[in-house]
Amino acid sequence: MHELSLLENVREILEQHAVSQQFSKVRQVTLAVGQLSCVEPEALRFGFDVVMQGSLAEGAELIITELPGVGHCNQCQQQTDLPTLYAPCQHCASPLVTVLSGTEMKIKDLLVN
Amino acid sequence: MCGICGCSQTGHSGKLTPVQGKIQPVLKIGHAQTLSQVDHPPLDNARLVQVEQDLLSKNNAYAAQNRHFFQAEGIFAINLVSSPGAGKTTLLVETIKQLQGRFPIAVIEGDQQTQHDADRIRATGIPALQINTGRTCHLDAQGIGLAVMQLAVQPDSLLVIENVGNLVCPASFDLGEAHKVVVLSVTEGDDKPLKYPDMFHAADIMVLNKTDLLPYVDFDVEKCLAYALQVNPNLQVIQLSAKTGENLAQWLDWLAGQVARPSQVTPTRGIASLY
Repeated sequence: MHELSLLENVREILEQHAVSQQFSKVRQVTLAVGQLSCVEPEALRFGFDVVMQGSLAEGAELIITELPGVGHCNQCQQQTDLPTLYAPCQHCASPLVTVLSGTEMKIKDLLVN
Repeated sequence: MCGICGCSQTGHSGKLTPVQGKIQPVLKIGHAQTLSQVDHPPLDNARLVQVEQDLLSKNNAYAAQNRHFFQAEGIFAINLVSSPGAGKTTLLVETIKQLQGRFPIAVIEGDQQTQHDADRIRATGIPALQINTGRTCHLDAQGIGLAVMQLAVQPDSLLVIENVGNLVCPASFDLGEAHKVVVLSVTEGDDKPLKYPDMFHAADIMVLNKTDLLPYVDFDVEKCLAYALQVNPNLQVIQLSAKTGENLAQWLDWLAGQVARPSQVTPTRGIASLY
């Protein structure tokens, strides 16, 4: 459950932004999670309410948007969709694909007042 | 003006109805998507704050600091990861026995509970620090920085961080190491790289351990290596048996060669500056 550690980080980041951006209540948190990242969105949802309890984001809505996995084929040199880390190239079926994006996990924006 | 995000549109009527239960794709078009597909009324003077910050930003900052310190001091740090029972500690003990005396070695051990692994390392005569992660399933970069200070790791040395036995969570947490080394043993399934792709993608070296047991188990080495390269085309593989010493020399030569490399970074400040 490293998702709990990540949610602790979310809470810390919110608290930092509350000072710098001057808000006292977070109504909604939007996370952008790459399709190839090491987190399980359901586990994030499961832990979110618990971790945010007693913080300025208690009761906030959690929105998770998914960023697609994209790779570069080492064989045909084309860009390819990469739904998993072991997916073959969609053009030439080569298994040797280098990840370009889709491993991100970040806080995108907050709805605050 | 929209009261939430400050845009010039006024047509944001409706209820605050985030779509839940399903991951929503990100579309590269206007306003509604930047608000995560929520139709929002300008209630209670709510406003949108752009954050765009990595969830691991704090860990990554500590990791960068650790990495800089390691490079400046000539400390070659590896992060040893595997599932429980793959033979990390045995590999480490045999490595220490063979390399001890050539350069200083220090070890940081991560386990949820007990001092057992650090005791095994200390029995070889080198300094070891046990971090008990308790309920947490991985080591993090801040803990490693503190451990490095406590151990007083020497310059031009080898630092081995033996992570918690777990093929999932430690993949996400950069500790500042030069290489993440994943240990897989032949008593596990040959499809482990596909079942746990995150770790085999995060690592750049794979040690295939317990090769002395190959005659007794259904483990297809060729298939395993093909799977591993499918997840990570750049993965380097060393096959060995830590117990019998078979091919251990390849591993030892690689480690010794890395420790001997001169530092590329000019020392600037100590690791303590961040703590």
